[in-house]
Amino acid sequence: MNNEPVIRIKDLKKHFPSGSGRFTALNGIDLLFSKGEFTGIIGPSGSGKTTLLNIIGTLDTPSEGEALILGRSAGSLSAKESAALRKSQLGFIFQTYNLFPVYTVFENVEFPLLLQGVESSQRRKMVLDALEWVGLTDKIRSRPAQLSGGESQRVAIARAMVKRPAIVLADEPTANLDAKNSHNILQTMEKLNRELRTTFIFATHDEKVIGYVRRKIFLFDGKVAGDEIINKN
Amino acid sequence: MLSFKLALRNLLGAGLRTWLNVVVLSFSFIIIIWTKGILEGWDRQAKADMIKWEIGGGQFWHVNYDPYDPLTLDESHDRIPAGLISSVQPPVPVLITQGTIYPGGRMLSVLVKGIPPEQKILALPTAKMVSADGEIAAIIGKAMAENAKLDTGDYVTLRWRDRNGTFDARELKITGIFDTNVPTVDVGQIWIPLAELQDMMLLPDEATLIVTPENAGPGEATEEWVFRDHEFLLADIESIIRAKGSVGIIVWLILLMMAMLAVFDTQVLSIFRRQKEIGTCVALGMTRGQVVKLFTMEGALHSVLAAIVGAIYGIPLLFLQSVRGIKIPLESSDFGLAMAEKLYPVYSAALVAGTILIVMIVTTIVSYWPSRKIAKLNPTEALRGRIQ
Repeated sequence: MNNEPVIRIKDLKKHFPSGSGRFTALNGIDLLFSKGEFTGIIGPSGSGKTTLLNIIGTLDTPSEGEALILGRSAGSLSAKESAALRKSQLGFIFQTYNLFPVYTVFENVEFPLLLQGVESSQRRKMVLDALEWVGLTDKIRSRPAQLSGGESQRVAIARAMVKRPAIVLADEPTANLDAKNSHNILQTMEKLNRELRTTFIFATHDEKVIGYVRRKIFLFDGKVAGDEIINKN
Repeated sequence: MLSFKLALRNLLGAGLRTWLNVVVLSFSFIIIIWTKGILEGWDRQAKADMIKWEIGGGQFWHVNYDPYDPLTLDESHDRIPAGLISSVQPPVPVLITQGTIYPGGRMLSVLVKGIPPEQKILALPTAKMVSADGEIAAIIGKAMAENAKLDTGDYVTLRWRDRNGTFDARELKITGIFDTNVPTVDVGQIWIPLAELQDMMLLPDEATLIVTPENAGPGEATEEWVFRDHEFLLADIESIIRAKGSVGIIVWLILLMMAMLAVFDTQVLSIFRRQKEIGTCVALGMTRGQVVKLFTMEGALHSVLAAIVGAIYGIPLLFLQSVRGIKIPLESSDFGLAMAEKLYPVYSAALVAGTILIVMIVTTIVSYWPSRKIAKLNPTEALRGRIQ
């Protein structure tokens, strides 16, 4: 595996206002993520998994410390710069899929490419490729309401992967899926990770996900409680 | 361009919700254009009728004449000057005095107007003012006939005072009843041959005003005769239409507000319901400013679609009305100005384009207003669909 670092997190702290005081969601996190990792951030609810993912995804900023995402400091990016980073380099997969309800499957997957200004014929090819990766080429005209949970999450994966991002952040991607669909989704992501060398970072407490990841980072009360690399060779 | 494309996609994807708003907005477009078209048509028609029945190409008024002060009538007459205007068609002198008629035992105050029966400038059927020797022929308007309960062939007693203040009375024979939209030549008026009135008033060759032909151009004023052009003579009708236009503006504003309320409501509801979508847009790489633009564009596009939908059913409907006219059931005299039984609305390109432009601008502002809230949303909270 290539050890080229894509994310460097140093003494990261995140506080939220809570009543008259403040609540510390992340308290001195130090982590390094390399290209092509398939990592799970594991921990109970409230341990800070989603907050960490949001900061890596530049949707939130650190209160203290530093988070370097592909060499850019998440705390010092302007709104435009962080949007540009998300547009080109970051993919998101959400627990509730977050598909646009009025768009077809094709249009949902096409959306990130429209933002990037990819030319029409190239866009079509890329969307069809992405839908082929997740095995949904027969559903391109369906709308999210016509899809099962597993299919919806596969569309979300295709949407995250269509622009070939460097990093994909998945927040509890299997929480709303049954076991069969969960395995199916995880296998798809694992395949994409191997084929495209995209870094996948999951926030999860699902045992099924944990079984697939090659690195487990345990978070507890906003601190790294363990960091374990699993040799799957 | 991206915002436009995405907004259009969102709107078309929303289906019925979009079309309901679009149809409501298109109604507003059409009704606003329709009401304004009616006022414009009314304005034009009233002016055209006034010119045709009363004003002609303009009038010379005796310097003392004031139609709003009947007491001036005794002093507002003079000999008709020769060569007042140069025109192929001779001008029409009109002598005016006050009188009283007694139809069916009732007493009615009237304005008695003397006009040459052979005149061709005004649409009044003065050629009907013919009668047997010794009788004075008179024509009246339909409203006057109904009010006085007079019909063609009826006789009515007229009492007047001559230039010396002496009362006299004669029988008039109604020889014609005309139908006009212009109440100022109808209500409370009785038309008799000019020569008869001059004789009755002991005012030979005198008149109160002189109507010029339409193509005569501006007249030259003298010391005794002042030329009143169309602008002056139509000023009253314009002020009445302006007053009625202000009512139209209130209706216009109410309609616009109703339509904008629909757009505003949709926008507020959209932002409230589509929090997750907003968060997802930001996560996928849109700036919050771009999302505000997208939502504003969505709102504004409602008016574009409404203009298209409105054009589909509105153009044939409004065109048909402008050709066939709209029947007005009200009596023209109730309005105090010329109003035909049928009104032909006038829809100018400026009216249509202006209305569309104003509605589009207002819709865009109304769409932007609630959309500004998006700029303050926390994307991580929005992603979870939490109401902020």
